[in-house]
Amino acid sequence: MPRAITLENLAKSYVVPVREAGVRAGVVSLFKRKTRKVEAVKEVSLSLEAGEIVGFLGPNGAGKTTTLKMLSGLLHPSAGSVTVLGHEPWRRENEFLRQITLVMGQRNQLIWDIPVLDSFDRNRVIYRLSRAEYRERVDDLTDLLELGHLLNKPVRNLSLGERMKCEVAAALLHHPRILFLDEPTLGLDVSMQRRLRSFIARYNKNTGASVLLTSHYMADVEALCPRVVVIHHGEILFDGKLAELIKRFSAQKTLVLEVDEDSGDLSRFGEVVSSEGGRVTLRVPKRDTAEVTARILRELTVHDLNVADPPIEEIIDQVFSGRMS
Amino acid sequence: MRSWLQVYPAFLRTALLSSIQYRASGAIWMIGSILEPLIYLTVWSTVARSQGGEVGGYTAQEFAAYYAILLLVNHLTFTWIMHEFQYRIQYGSLSFALLRPVHPIHADIAENIAFKAVQLVVILPGLILLCVAFRPHFEPVGWSLALFVPVLFFGFLLRFLIEWTLALGAFWTTRVTAMNQIYFSLLMFLSGRVAPISLLPLWVSDIAQNLPFYYAIGFPVELALGRLSPEAAMRGVLIQLVWLAVSGVGISLIWRRATKRFTAVGS
Repeated sequence: MPRAITLENLAKSYVVPVREAGVRAGVVSLFKRKTRKVEAVKEVSLSLEAGEIVGFLGPNGAGKTTTLKMLSGLLHPSAGSVTVLGHEPWRRENEFLRQITLVMGQRNQLIWDIPVLDSFDRNRVIYRLSRAEYRERVDDLTDLLELGHLLNKPVRNLSLGERMKCEVAAALLHHPRILFLDEPTLGLDVSMQRRLRSFIARYNKNTGASVLLTSHYMADVEALCPRVVVIHHGEILFDGKLAELIKRFSAQKTLVLEVDEDSGDLSRFGEVVSSEGGRVTLRVPKRDTAEVTARILRELTVHDLNVADPPIEEIIDQVFSGRMS
Repeated sequence: MRSWLQVYPAFLRTALLSSIQYRASGAIWMIGSILEPLIYLTVWSTVARSQGGEVGGYTAQEFAAYYAILLLVNHLTFTWIMHEFQYRIQYGSLSFALLRPVHPIHADIAENIAFKAVQLVVILPGLILLCVAFRPHFEPVGWSLALFVPVLFFGFLLRFLIEWTLALGAFWTTRVTAMNQIYFSLLMFLSGRVAPISLLPLWVSDIAQNLPFYYAIGFPVELALGRLSPEAAMRGVLIQLVWLAVSGVGISLIWRRATKRFTAVGS
């Protein structure tokens, strides 16, 4: 399959003014500016095949959005190279812009004061869609995202979730081959998140578009992204299958037990995460799991036992906090 | 047809739809624009009467004509882009504009034209009231009025390009208000808005006649009033075109540098 996106040693640094707090420091800074170089992204290399969905994970300030902005052409890289569909994004050639889209959660590109459909129509002209093509795509998106009753409302009268659905629809009218989705489900309720997720999956399947998605909701990543890239302090910590990430970074297993309520203190078996009635959750080192499980079964009356990986949030948190890397 | 020309009907349509949303704020805005020439008109016609009926070649009635036309010309050429750019950068709407396969300036031009068309509904009655109250006097000249139409359009483009270029200053500093203030002071004084430039000291009016401000406002007004000789009119059009070319080159150079610099932090 052809490469849709290639980054080689991509870096972005900013020069930011530095000033201490206080009036004195403020006055001094009038005459003498101190600046500091911030490396938002350092030597990131990565590639995406056409049709791939990749989850881009990292804590706030890790460099995710900066990377997405370089990929979409909003930012000029400080070093390294980036190619998207054979184009250098920062040149923002029309041919390139017609094939990509960027959705940023909570930010809108729809026109505030006019009905959604009028904004859509404006995109029809900007992206040079024929009327037939346009009508077909609006109908499709209306079906998939259940937009019917929203199309004739001014954007300012929509709820956050409704607006987000319309934003996504507007961003996809021109059938982009590359989707950059920056926190597309931010602030949406659970059912709306689920609907948007299944829509993205379907769009990817139907059109073969590549998707690079950032999200703080692990449910998004688990549902959509077979492959994840973890970035921290501007560097890639991990690039591979989600299952591989769990295997590599999860050094512990979670044991959920149903035991008699009077089983006493269970901390001799491992870290007690929660204990409610007879239901106890323990965390034990992965290498000790078999031995601890055998001891529990030997020493306690166990009604039920379940061994699982810790929740993905926890693993990611461990990766970010540097405990496991 | 050039691809960017094709987007204009759609841009005009959406801009028109947005413009008619806020009738009250539009009306208040317009009262402000009518007040400004009204104040100068009152001052200058009082001065003219106290000077024996005429000052700097204008009678009170001719001042009335000057400010009536100025009201129209200023309305049709003004922009608000310099106030807006800072917010676009701060709140990220510029990012989306940059990712569309059409230069963002076209949406701005369309929005400007649509807003003006809508506001004419308020401006024209204001103009009529001003005429009834101050009884302007001028003798229209056929060729002048015919030339006024393209000259007004060039004036609009000139002001638009200059102000759009200056607005790009927001890429370098997020506080452009100070710069705007200097520009607006120069514009008020050297464009003929405070007074016809023939009333300014000779050396100031000489400077004004070589800077672009006058060619966006005062020059079209004087042309419509029939106060310019054919030679002066042709010279004015030429200077307009020169400044248009300079602004056009300036805007493309600065735009390229500005967007390269654009760091989109927080947007």
